[in-house]
Amino acid sequence: MRYDQARWAEDDRYEALLAEKDTTEVEVGEESPLPDDLTRDSLELPGLAEPELARHYTRLSQMNYGVESGPFPLGSCTMKYNPTFTEDVAALPDAAVHPDRPAEHAQGTLAVLASLQDYLARIGGMDAVSLQPPAGAAGEFAGILVARAYHEHRGDGDSRTEVVIPASAHGTNFASAAMVGYDVVELPAGDDGRVDLEALSAAVGEETAALMLTNPNTLGLFERDIEEIARIVHDAGGLLYYDGANLNALLGRARPGDMGFDIMHYNVHKTFATPHGGGGPGAGPIGVVEELAPFLPAPRVREVDDGSAGPEYELFEPEHTIGKVHGAMGNWLVLLKAYAYIARLGDEGLHDASAKAVLNANYLAEQVDLEVPFGPFHHEFVASAGDQDAAEFAKGMLDYGVHPPTTKWPEIVPEALMTEPTEAESKRTLDQLAEAFNAVADASDGSLADAPTATAVRRVDQTDAARNPRLSWHALEE
Amino acid sequence: MLSAVGVDSEAALFDVPEQLRFDGDLGIEARSEREVREEVAGTLAANADLTEFLGRGHHDHYVPSLVDHVADRSEFLTSYTQYQPEVTQGFLQALFEFQSMVVELTGLDVANCSVYDAATALGETATLAARVRATDGDRVLVPELLRERTADVLRNYAAGAGLTVDTYPHDDGVADVGALADRAGEDTIMIYAETPTVRGTVEESLSEVGAVADEHGALFCLGSDPVALSLLEEPAAAGADVVVGDAATLGLGTAYGMGTGLFACREDFLRQVPGRLVGATTDAAGRRAYTLTLQTREQHIRRERATSNICTNQAWVALRVAIHAASLGPDGLVDLAKRCVRLAEKTAERVDSVPGIQAPYHDRHHFREFLAHTDQPAPAVAGDLAQEGYAVHAVDDHLLQIAVTETTAEEVDGLVAALRGVAG
Repeated sequence: MRYDQARWAEDDRYEALLAEKDTTEVEVGEESPLPDDLTRDSLELPGLAEPELARHYTRLSQMNYGVESGPFPLGSCTMKYNPTFTEDVAALPDAAVHPDRPAEHAQGTLAVLASLQDYLARIGGMDAVSLQPPAGAAGEFAGILVARAYHEHRGDGDSRTEVVIPASAHGTNFASAAMVGYDVVELPAGDDGRVDLEALSAAVGEETAALMLTNPNTLGLFERDIEEIARIVHDAGGLLYYDGANLNALLGRARPGDMGFDIMHYNVHKTFATPHGGGGPGAGPIGVVEELAPFLPAPRVREVDDGSAGPEYELFEPEHTIGKVHGAMGNWLVLLKAYAYIARLGDEGLHDASAKAVLNANYLAEQVDLEVPFGPFHHEFVASAGDQDAAEFAKGMLDYGVHPPTTKWPEIVPEALMTEPTEAESKRTLDQLAEAFNAVADASDGSLADAPTATAVRRVDQTDAARNPRLSWHALEE
Repeated sequence: MLSAVGVDSEAALFDVPEQLRFDGDLGIEARSEREVREEVAGTLAANADLTEFLGRGHHDHYVPSLVDHVADRSEFLTSYTQYQPEVTQGFLQALFEFQSMVVELTGLDVANCSVYDAATALGETATLAARVRATDGDRVLVPELLRERTADVLRNYAAGAGLTVDTYPHDDGVADVGALADRAGEDTIMIYAETPTVRGTVEESLSEVGAVADEHGALFCLGSDPVALSLLEEPAAAGADVVVGDAATLGLGTAYGMGTGLFACREDFLRQVPGRLVGATTDAAGRRAYTLTLQTREQHIRRERATSNICTNQAWVALRVAIHAASLGPDGLVDLAKRCVRLAEKTAERVDSVPGIQAPYHDRHHFREFLAHTDQPAPAVAGDLAQEGYAVHAVDDHLLQIAVTETTAEEVDGLVAALRGVAG
């Protein structure tokens, strides 16, 4: 399939900036209700009429590619179709309430949050859930704060200074552990792409606060030794943390709680189909086992079960709470969309989602004329672009009406093309994706240097952007 | 497809040891799309029907219809982070324009394209202060009136960086600069102030606060929001090094506390900025194009040495903020901000006319909101008001806080009448 993205261009630029179309400078002093020394002198910003703005943003949207534009097999990102009805649910006027309402006046919101906590706990096999973290990385931060609080509570907080993380883990794992104040111990992968138990035993000890693990891992492989991994970590007094980025592979089929994980986060913008919004907002709830529930962020929601006529739901502060990781209750509108999605699917739909996600990944891996090491896979596979540069390979794919895979990561596969088609794609679309892969794989030497040509703009010079940072329209005027 | 893969069923593809397979029932009943919509609408209807005179960091301004309609275009809404700039120019340019508006509003050099919310933006700034500190100090100073939940978030970010959080007192609702100067010392690496403050007062001594920070080589971080910044003195002019706040006072409404963290700073800290930055460059056709840039700061490249762990941010809300700001234009923004001052002033006058209430409690300029002293216990007054259909904050035994914007201006008559009934 060929594809041409809309391209609005004039002279030496594409769609002009708002500021280049028209700006107005307003003197603030006239009829100001505040004394001059507390106010600015003037404000200069774009001042365009609504029709011009509508066209500006419509044109920008046409120069953007989303899941509704075409297939989006971006590995580890679970770019599944986002059912549109969840937007209607999030737009309900009753959803738009202030966070400082007393619980008795926000019973509807709390009811949804309580139900979502319950659904997530069941799906993850966890005992208690906090919905507060506003993204996956915030969930990691909260989860590792819980681990620290737990160790401090037991009296060995000072001696447990390390978090162990496999080399192939998401970059956020390393950064989150460091933000909590831990030293990171990197675990090299075994030859089969999974955790090497000997290396793990050597890395884990009395200094270990936690092991952070993604399962299936970023190669799409299930860590078959997870029970032994859990035993090693627990015997050393550490906690096992589950990075939920790849949970889509296991929905309704296996649960982190049953594997021995103590803490996990869920990426609801991946697994539960809330749209990624060009980079966010997402939500990263965390689940924990019973023993860790007292450390969860405050406040939590629970059902009032005292038989009284009062409100049905209340907020409460867990006994040894870590405090807060978001100023309010997290990304409520995102959580609401996730709730609607889970309710729509139910047991059967969730079970079906993981089945199709895994079948689609394995089918596509079979159709791609590239080396695909490891396997069989769960939700994603990592192909190698071989002699080609993976980043260049991705640029070539853009001309075929598909979004390319994640490139050059995980590094265990040379010139990695990390591919996650998700359950949403039909066989027809998977075949289209395979054609795009294979056409680019067949491209002759050097022919990709000009790619992409069908996108709104041609190859973007990222080196120059970093060498000579121009980060606002003010910088362009200079 | 199964035969192409060489298996009989999908189940054969799950490489999960038998004892770990979940064969149970999650007990989640599937519903039709229509049923889910009806069910959620029914559940949320249990939120009491109240007119909210609530603020304290979360403000409701009218969001023009255009914001919903263009931001909801699926090319924006269902797209990912712009790791392939050639195919995501639209969002990149919108975020570049968002950054530019924040630069104009703050007077600072650099703005990122969002962190989660105001509290996490403050937390990120504390860790930035720890990285760039000139001294070996470890103390962050914040207003004693800072919201407890904001302080809770800050403490979690600060602790990992080995910092402690301390407070300085207020003088009738604004910074007590003399006391701040006494509290600040060689161990102070950051001083935080807000305008408007959480009580709605307009800070009057920002340059003096900045001078105290300067004296100790500490970072001066100022909290505000884009509506207030449209009228108030540019933070850069008052010496602010970093500005944080909730950008989503435009574009989103209160949304049960979902916001968008605004983060702007001086150019000196460019390589220490948390989160994503969009920069301008050119494409192979020689035309201007945009891309995420300076990514070596970020976790996917720098891992444990990254400036922050943030990956997913609030980009789509930032888009909404930019569209809302552009819809208002500078005239509309300045008018809205002036209205926030006048509404607070006029509403306080009217509330003050109610027997048993004195407002405003602080003899200061106000923005959107103010405190009112009640002769009766404030929680009881707030509770009685809720029975009448109005929500206000009870912030102390005898202090109410009342916020008013253009969305509630027409309801002030009703609020005052209700107060007459319950506060005497």
